[in-house]
Amino acid sequence: MAKEDIFYWQALNRALDAEMAGDDSVFILGEDVGLYGGSYRVTEGLYAKYGPLRVRDTPISETSFTGLGVGAAMTGMRPVVEIMTINFALLALDPLVNMAAKIPFMSGGQFPMPLVVRMPGGVAKQLGAQHSQRLEHTLMNVPGLRIAVPATPQDAYWQLRQAIASDDPIILIEHDLLYFSKGALDVEAVPLPMHRAAVCRAGRDVTLVSYSRNVELCLRAAQQLADERIEAEVIDLRSLSPIDWETCVTSVEKTHRLIVVEEDCRFAGAGAEVAATLSERCFFSLDAPAKRVAALDIPTPFNGSLESASIPTVKDVISAAQQLCSVADPGVKP
Amino acid sequence: MDRDTLRAFLRDMLLARAFEEAAAEQYTKGNIAGFLHLYPGEEAVAVGVIHATEPSDYVVSTYREHVHALVRGTPPRQVMAELFGRRDGISRGMGGSMHLFDRERRFMGGYAIVGETYPVAIGVGYAIAMRGLPEVAICFFGDGAVNQGTFHESLNMAALWRLPVLFVCENNHYQIGTEIHRHSAVTEVFRRAAAYDIPAERVDGMDVFKVHEVTSRMLREIRTGGGPRLVECETYRLRGHSMADPGSYRPQIEVRAYASTDPVSMAVRETVPAYPSHEQLTVVGKDAIHHATEHGLGAGHLDSAEVDGIKSEVQQLVQEAVEFAQQSPDPEMADAWQCLHVNRRNESLT
Repeated sequence: MAKEDIFYWQALNRALDAEMAGDDSVFILGEDVGLYGGSYRVTEGLYAKYGPLRVRDTPISETSFTGLGVGAAMTGMRPVVEIMTINFALLALDPLVNMAAKIPFMSGGQFPMPLVVRMPGGVAKQLGAQHSQRLEHTLMNVPGLRIAVPATPQDAYWQLRQAIASDDPIILIEHDLLYFSKGALDVEAVPLPMHRAAVCRAGRDVTLVSYSRNVELCLRAAQQLADERIEAEVIDLRSLSPIDWETCVTSVEKTHRLIVVEEDCRFAGAGAEVAATLSERCFFSLDAPAKRVAALDIPTPFNGSLESASIPTVKDVISAAQQLCSVADPGVKP
Repeated sequence: MDRDTLRAFLRDMLLARAFEEAAAEQYTKGNIAGFLHLYPGEEAVAVGVIHATEPSDYVVSTYREHVHALVRGTPPRQVMAELFGRRDGISRGMGGSMHLFDRERRFMGGYAIVGETYPVAIGVGYAIAMRGLPEVAICFFGDGAVNQGTFHESLNMAALWRLPVLFVCENNHYQIGTEIHRHSAVTEVFRRAAAYDIPAERVDGMDVFKVHEVTSRMLREIRTGGGPRLVECETYRLRGHSMADPGSYRPQIEVRAYASTDPVSMAVRETVPAYPSHEQLTVVGKDAIHHATEHGLGAGHLDSAEVDGIKSEVQQLVQEAVEFAQQSPDPEMADAWQCLHVNRRNESLT
């Protein structure tokens, strides 16, 4: 009864509704989150239900309305700020980096920061270089911020509820192309801790570590690799800060091969951290250097085919796995 | 103005001056490192404004905030220990001079990025509005902060939603070393509030009574649902921007003229300025001596023995603060990790 198939945006919407119903200090603010219902429908219906004080349409002033969330959180409110796209979050880096992440620390632990900032991020469909980028690496480098990257409606629901309940400043990066993807939601299931990585598919030959939309890519690649007798284990990180290294290490120690799959640009991207840390921690288990499948180091082209060519594909993951497995163990033939 | 209020104003201004001069001395001795932005000359603003607030109000401050915290009631020893970076500092040695926080007194922090105070203040104001309480968020900022985008963004939202925020501009005429005529197209800061329909006034920031009077009235208006207000206090800092700044960009005549208008300096032996000559004052064009006399030793309300009593009281308090700071231990790395992870309650991230 509890389980049903719903859209990712609907899962987020239900999480917000559940938290707002249970706690008067939870409120939402952002551009077009109220009357309009949110660019990706995430806040649909909440304005009518909770009114303009709790679902606040803001002017186009990212720095100040994100900072408003910081100030409100300092007094014990639980604001959920929506930034329309991660690209605009650059304007809000000051409140995110200098304020939300630092205030609990700089105050010697006096002020909690129960702030949630949600934003879609990633390469969508032909939005051009200013509207299609991945900035998780920028936020990962900020001590004090936590980052969740839900890949499924189930995780979107769990992780948003957990983020709102937490006293840490937490950023949810929701991939643009996931909002209208469907998946099962069981609201009664016992949630995983927000930062725990999940093994989505068990395997013995190679570990594919990924997050957000690219988890699906890895699962499809793993399916095809299985036909070639390469069994890939797929890990969904779910959280980019902190990262659940234990789950990753356990897997790599089993498979001895690691591929990090991400949509972030390769140079100094999120995957660089994953590859470097796991290379350090699993050096003696690895049969070959860790591989990275990442986006090209180029601003996202507008042209559709070039855009697709700039980010990883299922084929890229498959060929990386084939290569790694044949290099490391010539016995496994692609 | 009753006698007790007058005495309290004078006491806090003297404490502020003595504290900041002691901090300067400790900086020179190497006990305080980093940036140290001192407040001498501007005391009438902090005292006039904060004495008009209630304990249930919130104060959001800047990087020149030691005196805001002191007047708000943070014990001088905890402020000094923080300047020293010690464990008993009000921010446990993690914040330093520019990041004093005092949750108990609703002192919402000193912020070292110019222009950050507005969003924090409107956030506090939003929370107050949601709870429907008669509280106000006091937002301090300097003249150098009015050209940040957050000034316009936040004033717009404060006015749009009628948030209970009092914006207090401490116009000391300089953004570090750039004089206001060289950093702002409109040098009367209060006029900018008109763009957002926020009632605003300019007040002589060297006159603690006027600052207090205007602030009290504005706070009453805000508490009764009037929406935000802005007060611009024209003041002057007698020292450079920070201890690293000798202030060489300012004409000496200007510094001396302002020093003589200063309500506190006359009462603190160590910092009595040399008065400018009549000719020099004519150049500056301000009847500074009259101003100073008016606000000096209580305009006849207090006798000099009482003033001496207050002076020795605050000197002793500051001396104790310095000794307390010296004796406080350095924090350990474990303290730093605890401050970082303080929010995690029962959640385990291992």
